[in-house]
Amino acid sequence: MSSIIPGPIARKPWGMLLPLTVLVCFGATVLYSAAGGSIGTYAKSHLIRFALFLVMAFIIARAPRELVKFAAFPLYVAVTVLLVLVEALGAIGGGSQRWLDLGFIVLQPSEFMKPAIVLVLARFYDTLPIAMTASWRALIPAGALLAVPAALVMLQPDLGTALAITFGAVVVMFLAGLPLRWFIGAGAAGMVIAPLAYLFVLHDYQRNRLKIFLDPESDPLGTGYHITQSKIAIGSGGMFGKGFGHGSQSHLNYLPEPHTDFVFATMAEEWGLMGGVLVLSIFFLILRWGTRVARNAPDRFSGLLASGMVATMFFYVAINLMMVMGLAPVVGIPLPFMSHGGSSMLTNMICIGTLMMVDRWSRRGGMVA
Amino acid sequence: MALGSKQHISSATLRSSFDRRSVVIGALQGGLGVLLAARMGYIAVVENEKYQMEAESNRVNLALIPPRRGWILDRNGAPLASNRADFRVDVIPDRMLDPEREIHTLGGLLQLTTIQLQDLRDKIAGASGFQPVEVASGLDWDRFASVSVRLPDLPGVIPQRGYTRYYPTGPAVGHLIGFVGPASAEEYRQEHTPLLVTPGFKLGKDGLEKQFERQLRGEPGARRSEVTASGRIVRDLETREDVQGKTIQLTIDGPLQDYAARRIGLESGSVVVMDCLTGDLLCMASMPSFDPNSFSDGIGRLEWKMLADDDHVPLRNKVLKGLYPPGSTVKPMVAMSFLEAGLDPEETTVCAGGLRVGNRVFHCWNHRGHGQVNMSKAIYQSCDVYFYHFAQRLGMDVIAPMAKRLGLGQEFPLPVSSQFFGTVPDPAWKLRKYGKPWASFDTVNATIGQGYMLANPLQLAVMASRLASGNNLMPRLLLDKTPPRPASLGFSADHITIIRNAMNEVVNGGGTAHRAALPIQGIKMAGKTGTAQVVSLNVSSGKGGVWKHRDHGLFIFFAPFDNPRYAGAVVIEHGGGSGAAYPIARDVMTFLFDPAKGMDALHKLEAGWGGTAKERLAGEYATLAQEYGVDVPRAPVDVADIARAGDAEARAAAVAAAAQAEANVEAASSPTRIEGEP
Repeated sequence: MSSIIPGPIARKPWGMLLPLTVLVCFGATVLYSAAGGSIGTYAKSHLIRFALFLVMAFIIARAPRELVKFAAFPLYVAVTVLLVLVEALGAIGGGSQRWLDLGFIVLQPSEFMKPAIVLVLARFYDTLPIAMTASWRALIPAGALLAVPAALVMLQPDLGTALAITFGAVVVMFLAGLPLRWFIGAGAAGMVIAPLAYLFVLHDYQRNRLKIFLDPESDPLGTGYHITQSKIAIGSGGMFGKGFGHGSQSHLNYLPEPHTDFVFATMAEEWGLMGGVLVLSIFFLILRWGTRVARNAPDRFSGLLASGMVATMFFYVAINLMMVMGLAPVVGIPLPFMSHGGSSMLTNMICIGTLMMVDRWSRRGGMVA
Repeated sequence: MALGSKQHISSATLRSSFDRRSVVIGALQGGLGVLLAARMGYIAVVENEKYQMEAESNRVNLALIPPRRGWILDRNGAPLASNRADFRVDVIPDRMLDPEREIHTLGGLLQLTTIQLQDLRDKIAGASGFQPVEVASGLDWDRFASVSVRLPDLPGVIPQRGYTRYYPTGPAVGHLIGFVGPASAEEYRQEHTPLLVTPGFKLGKDGLEKQFERQLRGEPGARRSEVTASGRIVRDLETREDVQGKTIQLTIDGPLQDYAARRIGLESGSVVVMDCLTGDLLCMASMPSFDPNSFSDGIGRLEWKMLADDDHVPLRNKVLKGLYPPGSTVKPMVAMSFLEAGLDPEETTVCAGGLRVGNRVFHCWNHRGHGQVNMSKAIYQSCDVYFYHFAQRLGMDVIAPMAKRLGLGQEFPLPVSSQFFGTVPDPAWKLRKYGKPWASFDTVNATIGQGYMLANPLQLAVMASRLASGNNLMPRLLLDKTPPRPASLGFSADHITIIRNAMNEVVNGGGTAHRAALPIQGIKMAGKTGTAQVVSLNVSSGKGGVWKHRDHGLFIFFAPFDNPRYAGAVVIEHGGGSGAAYPIARDVMTFLFDPAKGMDALHKLEAGWGGTAKERLAGEYATLAQEYGVDVPRAPVDVADIARAGDAEARAAAVAAAAQAEANVEAASSPTRIEGEP
């Protein structure tokens, strides 16, 4: 085999790339149907973006370890500055804002923060003397690194992204070896604070949203409508679905956002449980590959970096799927590689590229060793 | 745990902790993946049926198509009630998000006046939310389309093509046919079908529309269509056509009905015309009336004010629910009872202007007296003393059965919600009702149609037709192909001729109604006048003054007198005497035999009255709108309540008439006038 196929190609992680390509193409198929049988509306741009970002991922994968280590803090600072800039522009323009229009490209800096926070924390724990791992010096600076961007994103306000950033960071901190009791303590504190926050901090509409999440039928035409219609779409699909192009829920506009946040419901209606199992299996393959990359990582920095990237992707998948199945409140988080939208594709392809990069490092490290 | 002990942290321990914790996180992720798969399997497989149904009910919208109502035809096949295809707009209050804004927008698009807007708000406030409320019907395409295109901004507003009930002759058939309207909350409770809350569906609220609701309604159609979440119809899946309700053909002669109603003019009264061969009711006009066309969208404040403020009680069907002392119109009937009891028609008595009965003197209407009076003269001159005299000889037991045979006090098997059938007094009745024995002056009163005696105009018409034909005619309203063969009442042909001739003399001889002669060569109408006192002579002479105190004017008739074809009765409330009634009978019969001649007479009169009944109603509404605008109290919510209010008023009036009859009997104890005048 290796004699026939050129080395650089054979070394590519095909165990991940093939399922990923299948998933993106399946996503394009679903988007084609969601657009009422039009390629141009969603599917075409979906595939073009994937192609572009895949090239970008290959370029990222080429990056040398020392450069990445060196660039970690500057990148973090740069993205944070962008976040502040967005906030400032929003304040000047009157009203909240998430995008930065640079004229030739529209940037959403909070998206970049997801991989950036993972990168900077991996770098932080890489430089932290091992003996200090259980001391406050392992926690306070990392906490500050997380708190600044998380707070900025919350101000936008974008709860979903803030949670995604926090999740990635916490997983890195957990894997960095911080004492377990801190996490247990934080969890316990959270359980105490959450009800208090619910009663005293949250706005009425936010409280309402939680209530509706717990009982969607109580508001069949408001926010609960989204959850109810999504469950109807998935449930009516049955085992094998209603057939390609025959999803009434999406085509007759009962399903909100059939091409972005609720793309899984759109898929499930037409492809049934089989389609759902396919999507879940592919995510399993990709994430398992990512986890293996992390475990085979040559050093502490790359291990933490890879794990954080896997966690970030996982967070997208888990929250989105829980939301469409009525297990989580409606927060605007798209499904990676299937939802139409450049930002989420970009973030997830950065994660993929980073994982491929770590994969390459470990091979090289192996060869060197 | 190893991490707990700070001293031993090394690269190796961190590595192993990283590995262990990765496994934990991986396991958690895998576990969540399994949970998601299980959840999806549960929704998609276990609950599949439920969600499939919900998706179906999302996708498919089942809309009922209100059935086209059956037509109501007159005897010649001309529609008295038909349907007009039109564009209409309804709202379902529950589905409106911002009612005030939407009503305002609709008002602008449909060019509604402030009065119409106020009525619309009243109707919405009175509806039970899920029931459709009509905003407007009979719209032109432009206004209809202007609402249709704004539909996304107007949730709960339903524009549609439909049918509106149309009564070509309007007020002329108001009491007879009734009207339709949307189902009330009460009706929906009784008949809990979706049809009743389908926009555009109307059911019969009064009159024949209500009586024949089951036949007229028909079967609703249904349209299954695929709709988007915003309610836009993507395509029709299948449509089941509605089945139109059955047609009902009446014995009524539409043009005659209209003519009679219009001929009553500004008076308050009724006209009944029957076919003397079959008993067919050709005309049952009662005026003033309401325009049933304007009732089908509910009754607005101004319409209600017009109805409630009118002392001519436009809501009462006077043909069936007006009870009046029949006055002298009973005299031919009394004479027939005398003949059948063996009285020689040539036997005479002398009228000197009054007769002592017991210790009281009963006057004839003609205080100077009629001199020598035989039966014929007693009828055409309407001599009271003749009847006082022979009634005492022959007794009430002769008169009362004849009155009942000829239809007085009788309830007829007609498809109407109620008919007040009045009283034919006799000794047994008085004892039962008042616990007093029959007195001779009671007989005297009865012979001139006063005292306890009360009848409705339909009964008077039946009496006329039975006297004229000698057959036991039953009034009928539904035309069926086999004409009834009425049985003979068993009167001797000579007796019938005597009565016919005497009644002919009333009009065409030296009688009390010579102005009633038909202006048609070769056709002579026979008749009998009557005047019914409303209040005691102490209060009013009955001829003029306060309208409410004037005498009722009555007239029964048939024509041609020697071979009766049509018979009928005219009663004009507070007309001041029979002179108000018989010209109407004359013109109605003229129209029947010579429509052109009849119309000429009517047009001349209507020029003086300010137009036809329909035009006058419209004019009155416009005047009120000018005068009061929106400052009028609210109308009752349910139109059926209004029909009931009409019933209640009629009943109150009937009770009052009975009370007045008693008062008249009391008055008779004192020597004042209680005579039946022409």
